Amino acid sequence: MSASEWPLWEVFTQRRAGLPFEHAGSVHAPDKEMALQNARDVYSRRGEATCLWVVPADCIVSPTPEEAGSFFDPSNDKIYRHPNFYKTPGANFE
Amino acid sequence: MKILSEEELELKFQERIDKGEIIEPKDWMPERYRKQLIRMMSQHAHSEIVGMLPEGNWITRAPSLRRKAVLLAKVQDEAGHGLYIYSGTETLGISRDQVMGDFLTGKAKYSSIFNYPTLTWADIGAIGWLVDGAAIVNQTALAKGSYGPYARAMVRICKEENFHHKQGYEILATLMKGSKEQREMAQDSINRFWWPSLMMFGPSDNNSPNSAELIKWKVKKYSNDELRQRFIDRTIPQAENIGLTVPDKDLKWDEETRHYSHGEINWVEFNNVINGRGICNKERMKARRDAHENGAWVREAANAYARKKASKTKAA
Repeated sequence: MSASEWPLWEVFTQRRAGLPFEHAGSVHAPDKEMALQNARDVYSRRGEATCLWVVPADCIVSPTPEEAGSFFDPSNDKIYRHPNFYKTPGANFE
Repeated sequence: MKILSEEELELKFQERIDKGEIIEPKDWMPERYRKQLIRMMSQHAHSEIVGMLPEGNWITRAPSLRRKAVLLAKVQDEAGHGLYIYSGTETLGISRDQVMGDFLTGKAKYSSIFNYPTLTWADIGAIGWLVDGAAIVNQTALAKGSYGPYARAMVRICKEENFHHKQGYEILATLMKGSKEQREMAQDSINRFWWPSLMMFGPSDNNSPNSAELIKWKVKKYSNDELRQRFIDRTIPQAENIGLTVPDKDLKWDEETRHYSHGEINWVEFNNVINGRGICNKERMKARRDAHENGAWVREAANAYARKKASKTKAA
């Protein structure tokens, strides 16, 4: 980033109350007020959002693809966490 | 963990592509893949931004308040489309400043179509119907491409592009129901924009240097000629529907292939326009550079304001 470039913000939109926030893209803005306004103008011109989150991009933490395998590994072998692991002879669970 | 060689990584990458997996920003990718995508995506984003200029030319002269409101919304969408794709391009590790710099120095290209002038109101119809129509065919294919952020931007754009396409057609349909002069104006516009619209799909397959690599990596799913054909096939019936003709005496329906066959494209003109010798190249670049330079104080002032506010919050 050069000295003049505005910081990068990641934008999350919620289509309507009750739905989860979803990553929409990013915008550049000098501060949080303008980040929100830019995010609205870029990602919600047709009522795509009823709420918005803008997050400084460098505040987002995620595992690297290289470590993803071992990072998520502990949950992969616990098939008993899924309902279809269990035998329920004859009973209706629908 | 075993360290993989460049060749092994590339092989694994190609396997992922062949399986139809989507590549995300932090995944390993060949340097060429990254470079090709930066080239393609930034070119695409610049096209959206330059595309505002020929249409902006008619905002103050739109024939009614309805048309003016529509055109304003459409031009604003184009800015939005540019920003979706810039945002996607930055995920490849290039800064917005660098992308803009390459554009303003003329190193990066943009679509040849925007170097043609918009001489009459009918041209706004032709741009919506033909240019955005061609863009939809292109972008619908790109929405299935292998790079996640690019594909997602395309999905977003395609949804909005349909409004652009239909409003253009409506302008022409209205003119075709009007006076003799209005019908002539609509036809004249198609005569000027038809061939440049076909050129938007890029060089013919036997002369497209980047195509093979892009198709191998599924950045592109179809060849330039395939997409061009798809555009012609869906556009000709729409033209006939309102009494417009396209300026191609060799155009005819081929019962055997179930496609329209068309005349030879003037590739000399195409090359001239992409190499800076089109009618409006200089004007477009000047407009962009002026906008960038004249906006510099706004960007600096907003930065200064943000810094001042941040230091006040700290002090308090």
